[in-house]
Amino acid sequence: MDILYKIFIDPFVQMGAAPDLLVQSLWEGLVGGMLYALIALGFVLIFKASGVFNFAQGIMMVFAALTLVGLYEKLTGAGLASAGVAAYLALAATILVMYVLAVGVERIVLRPLVNQPDIILFMATFGLTYFLIGFGELVFGGNSKVMIAEQLGLPKGSVSLEMLGGFVSMQKIDIAAAVIASIMVAGLAVFFQKTRIGRALRAVADDHQAALSVGISLNQIWVIVWFTAGIVALATGIMWGARSEVSFALGTIALKALPVLVLGGFTSVPGAIVGGLIIGIGEKLGEFYWGPLVGGGIESWLAYFIALGFLLFRPQGLFGDKIIERI
Amino acid sequence: MFYREAGQFKTSYASDQAIFPILQDKIGIAIILAIAYLVIPLLGGSFFLASVMIPFLILSLASIGLNILTGYTGLVSLGTAAFMGVGAYACYKLSTFWPGVNIIVWIVVAGFFSAAVGVLFGLPSLRIKGFYLAVATLAAQFFLQWFFARVPWLYNHNPSGAIEVPKHTLFDIAITGPQATPTARYFVVLSIVVAMTWFASNLVHGRIGRMWMAVRDMDIAAQLMGIRLLDAKLMAFAVSSFYAGVAGAMMVFLWLGAAEPEAFNINESFLLLFMVIIGGLGSLIGSFMGAALIHILPIILRALPAALGLTIGSATVEHLTFMVTGALIIFFLIVEPHGLARLWQIGKQKLRVWPFPY
Repeated sequence: MDILYKIFIDPFVQMGAAPDLLVQSLWEGLVGGMLYALIALGFVLIFKASGVFNFAQGIMMVFAALTLVGLYEKLTGAGLASAGVAAYLALAATILVMYVLAVGVERIVLRPLVNQPDIILFMATFGLTYFLIGFGELVFGGNSKVMIAEQLGLPKGSVSLEMLGGFVSMQKIDIAAAVIASIMVAGLAVFFQKTRIGRALRAVADDHQAALSVGISLNQIWVIVWFTAGIVALATGIMWGARSEVSFALGTIALKALPVLVLGGFTSVPGAIVGGLIIGIGEKLGEFYWGPLVGGGIESWLAYFIALGFLLFRPQGLFGDKIIERI
Repeated sequence: MFYREAGQFKTSYASDQAIFPILQDKIGIAIILAIAYLVIPLLGGSFFLASVMIPFLILSLASIGLNILTGYTGLVSLGTAAFMGVGAYACYKLSTFWPGVNIIVWIVVAGFFSAAVGVLFGLPSLRIKGFYLAVATLAAQFFLQWFFARVPWLYNHNPSGAIEVPKHTLFDIAITGPQATPTARYFVVLSIVVAMTWFASNLVHGRIGRMWMAVRDMDIAAQLMGIRLLDAKLMAFAVSSFYAGVAGAMMVFLWLGAAEPEAFNINESFLLLFMVIIGGLGSLIGSFMGAALIHILPIILRALPAALGLTIGSATVEHLTFMVTGALIIFFLIVEPHGLARLWQIGKQKLRVWPFPY
């Protein structure tokens, strides 16, 4: 009985007793979830347009962040530009690198593997992951780096809000991350709905062959999609990097995007966002209120179990296309 | 010419369904076994045995396990390393409780524990399909790894958090622990792997294997034909985890000698999936080829700069190894998406029609 009490009653009593702590952990979960959602977003873009289960999205995020910091260090190290200018130069150069990466992936990996089974393409992105890890560390060194958040003009420090009889402290960088993420999602929505390229992308997502037959170039679309995913990866990398440090260890965190994806459904942009928030908030609350019961550290697997729980009731995820099976 | 079934008449169903129906296959397998049992232990140094052959055989066994699940039944799993961990920890606990029983018995029994855990995590596979299922196995991966680290009972409250293997003997020869020679360990590993490969080969060529393949090709159609999906999928999970568990127990007892939960992390699972896919989905010989490629390639790559007389820092070599491995994976997938096993089949066909082109 005691254990049942601890599982079903105690945490809620705690929540009621200290609502400021509840709000604090909700906020932290929200921020974490948003970053998961952004990784998942880059993934959904690629999956919709090319049907590739892009395992490398997490590593692309780290690679982008590492390129940004590495180029910045090289620029300031050579004394070419002052700190502020160098940061933006590095940002522009990183965007260029992501474009080159997108073209390279399309030419070297995707084009020869068109029409292969999903799992083969999935494995190819694994190869890409290894390649990017090796390449990134070779060029910029294997040690972890500090994100140049300040030089890019992102705010620093934290604000404390007085509410519910206590304090809720928020990192300013997290608030900025929330704002940037919202702008980016809104921007992507406009891009998809209102522009010519966006319409072509949606057409490809709907039906490759029909899109080909009305004269949409698949190769071009894939480059655009991988480039967009690269930009999303860069933005995510800057924010994750600012919260911790930039190293390929972050790639493991990016695996958390997988439960987010299956929760939301592989093909749904809103799904990625809602899924990210559910997973982020769920695992923070779980860790904070139920974690101590089993000795903590449950954050490492709770996300997968949350996703699994949802999947048992909706096997295609919350917003995924309904799976229709025919003989 | 060299490899031809002409003139080899079958007079019974049993001989038609034999694992090696052709004489040349029987000779071939005998030669391979002779090399494995006689030539390699005689000619290979202890480094070669300990860090190339033993890991290669153990990883091959784990890949066979994963291949049964992913290649034959079509269920993607990203949690093989965790199931290997279950086997390792089960074997460790069993051998602490009953140290008198021969360790090989416990290595095999540990597989059953792993199979039970595998069935438990395989239950969602009835409802979830494709990559969605990969997340269920990821749940197993992260949960079990956490569990190994959090339950001190599992590693006998060892302050270092690792499991360490004491000395066990077979016919008074040390086969585990620091005193065991690589040769002794090699023979034990080889024998277990050969026996289990033979068993797997029988399994996948028989009724059960055909059932799995029907489920892989289309599970609804298989169900309509009267195959029980519940049984087929859970059996695949059980057998696959059994193989992984035995491989895990062997990995700790006969290869590493000690292990922490980190030894069974997600990267290990990914590497095993590589082996299966590079080797060839749905092919036992492919599992061996994939394991050989993925395990031996980095060893060669690391040794290459020194052999060529180049002086490159060890960190750089490590990074280059990553890059080259990634590039080679993509290269192999582009050249032969069906894996090395397909190359082997093509080679056999060439031998069959030689000296004519087709």
